[in-house]
Amino acid sequence: MATQPEIDTHSEEEAFREEVRQFLATHFPPELKGEGNPGAGIEGDLDETEAQKKWRLAMGERGWGTPTWPKEYGGGGLTRKQAAILNEELAKAGAYNPIGGMGVMMFGPTLLEFGSEEQKHEHIPPICKGEVRWCQGYSEPNAGSDLANLQTMAEDKGDHYLVNGQKTWTSGGQWADKCFCLVRTDRSDKHKGISFLLIDMDVPGVEVKPIQMISGMSPFCETFFTDVKVPKENLVGEEGQGWTIGKRLLQHERTNLSGGGSMARLMGASLSDIAKKYIGTDSEGRLADPVMRDRIADFEIRWNAFLLTARRAAEESKAQGGVSEISSVLKKVGTKLGQERAEMAIEIMGLQGLGWEGEGFTDSELRGVRAWLFGKATTIYGGSTEIQNNIIAKRVLGMLDHQ
Amino acid sequence: MAILNEEQEMLRDMARDWAKNESPVTEWRKVRRDGDEAAYDRNAYATMSEMGWAGVIIPEDHGGSDFGWLSAGLVIEELGKTITASPLVASTIAASAIIMGGSDEQKAKWLPKLASGEAVGTIAVDEGPRHDPSQIETSVSAGKISGTKAFVHEAHGADVFVVAAKDGLYLAEKGEGVSLSTRKLADLRSHAEVTFDGVAADKLASGKDTLIDDVLDRARVLTACEMLGMAQAIFDTTLDYLKQRVQFNQVLATFQALQHRMADLFADLALMRSAVEGGLQAIDGGFGISRAATQAKAEANRVLHLMSREGIQLHGGIGMTDEYDIGFYLKRARVLEASFGDTSYLKRRFAELSGY
Repeated sequence: MATQPEIDTHSEEEAFREEVRQFLATHFPPELKGEGNPGAGIEGDLDETEAQKKWRLAMGERGWGTPTWPKEYGGGGLTRKQAAILNEELAKAGAYNPIGGMGVMMFGPTLLEFGSEEQKHEHIPPICKGEVRWCQGYSEPNAGSDLANLQTMAEDKGDHYLVNGQKTWTSGGQWADKCFCLVRTDRSDKHKGISFLLIDMDVPGVEVKPIQMISGMSPFCETFFTDVKVPKENLVGEEGQGWTIGKRLLQHERTNLSGGGSMARLMGASLSDIAKKYIGTDSEGRLADPVMRDRIADFEIRWNAFLLTARRAAEESKAQGGVSEISSVLKKVGTKLGQERAEMAIEIMGLQGLGWEGEGFTDSELRGVRAWLFGKATTIYGGSTEIQNNIIAKRVLGMLDHQ
Repeated sequence: MAILNEEQEMLRDMARDWAKNESPVTEWRKVRRDGDEAAYDRNAYATMSEMGWAGVIIPEDHGGSDFGWLSAGLVIEELGKTITASPLVASTIAASAIIMGGSDEQKAKWLPKLASGEAVGTIAVDEGPRHDPSQIETSVSAGKISGTKAFVHEAHGADVFVVAAKDGLYLAEKGEGVSLSTRKLADLRSHAEVTFDGVAADKLASGKDTLIDDVLDRARVLTACEMLGMAQAIFDTTLDYLKQRVQFNQVLATFQALQHRMADLFADLALMRSAVEGGLQAIDGGFGISRAATQAKAEANRVLHLMSREGIQLHGGIGMTDEYDIGFYLKRARVLEASFGDTSYLKRRFAELSGY
């Protein structure tokens, strides 16, 4: 009798797997096999093909793009185990998750924790369906690493706030529908004077200017708020609770940014494959440049150790509940290794690896250059490496506040 | 820390308590003072064996507990933290060679004794100061082995040697024809040049053709476990010290320059632990062992090297004194870094295994 429940669980899991397979057979357009989510990046308009739209709607309707979020707000309501099965089956079918972006990665989980019932019912379902794009109004010209120094003011006008100020590095601001924003509601207290406010990007007084970056791309914007009226019901949590809520959101952000892996994927092939192509091999199949061979091995060993660490952090968090203390190193290590990898990739290719545009270069060579430059942002945004070091030293290692 | 089952947690806690209470670094100081060439406390090793630690990877029908490699690694890590001197790593490596390559007879003869601690085993591969298993002159003719092995770990306490000859691994017992010439290294543990002069040798012939590499991979992972314990201990000791030491009317831990160095070391230690546990888990899982083992020891070399240097520097002058323990870790670290593959050897091997 003692084994009975296990058998039940097992057969339920298999039934769920079968349900996923049938769903995929019915709804996943085969021509999308092997593609990535066009809406996952922060850059670019969403020019969906019919097939992409069909797939997004199907997954969104089911709530499976946000599989573990509660069903009552449009999520999938799945257990972790079911979500894992869903992922396995998606991967087997070569299907991507069409629901992504900052709403899924950062804002949604935060609102589920701190939002009111009305807010959750209003904002979570469109995220689950991939119908709305969110951007992050955190940094300001004088509030970067010292984020709590932010000055964008939200003045209490009875039934609404009047917002004035400037945000910067607003990722995807020019394409976003809505912005989750840290604003100041009280000048007398640095941290307790901050509130978490939701602002529509299309209301009067909001102006967005893309910033051209060294990569030639413009994924970040300056966002100006001039006498913007924001209804009181758009305040998340209490007035003055913004710093607490905002920090929790950053934890979600860091977990998602830690995969320097996303950058590695942008680059495509492994360093050793790139080196085989651009440097060549000797008669025994070894890379023809022994020094570069050594450096690649050195890098790949550390990269593997990082991937194992990311896996271990996830396992520990799952087993212990809550965030594993080694999660604190993932952002800092993953982004640094991602940059190192990009630097080595262009070095291996020589000048062929530095093409800016035009003839004489393959698409992947050109993309590599832009990715190398864009990647410089990874150790700065989401809390710079130096801020991560402060957090590790103080919160994990218990070293006292510096003077 | 890998996710452990109940047995593994108990084993780890037992080893942790024993190392802390019964085998702190002061015990090593006693061993060092006594000056015995075997350089370990035989009573302590008997106790360790009674607790089952010498038989963790040995099958139950040969007197072990068959708890697996992750379990063995947990014990070795805890002992590494207090730099406990014992032939446990060497003997476990020898046992793994017999498990993988031994006949039923060889297993029945040696494994129960190794598991009970009645016998100690070790491995003798290298013939020069740098690890290179491709350079072996030792040979066997008519069942007799002859050759000279350099810097054999735990040679003075060993009853049986797993010896690499040109055509594979052999078992040779101590006694006539086996002569030891002590090589005192900086760690002051047992190392010797061992000459086999026509000694009866029993081939480990039941394993795969890759037996020697397979055994060396396991040697690398176990060595990396000891190194992991050492790196963790240096880190913990250094962090404690920074929280206590006052200069300029402030505890050192409040200085940001030092905080960021500790944050870096904490991150490196996390990578090292993941790589080492990944090696143990690969052996237990029986998949991708060579690459996992190679990267485990390579990360262990990189991080322990850095940790042992930073540990001394961050302690300042007191870290330079013999009275303080940290110097023991520095000296043992370099010996282990050079054993079973230094960093350049391991990187070459990693590249080969990865097909470039």
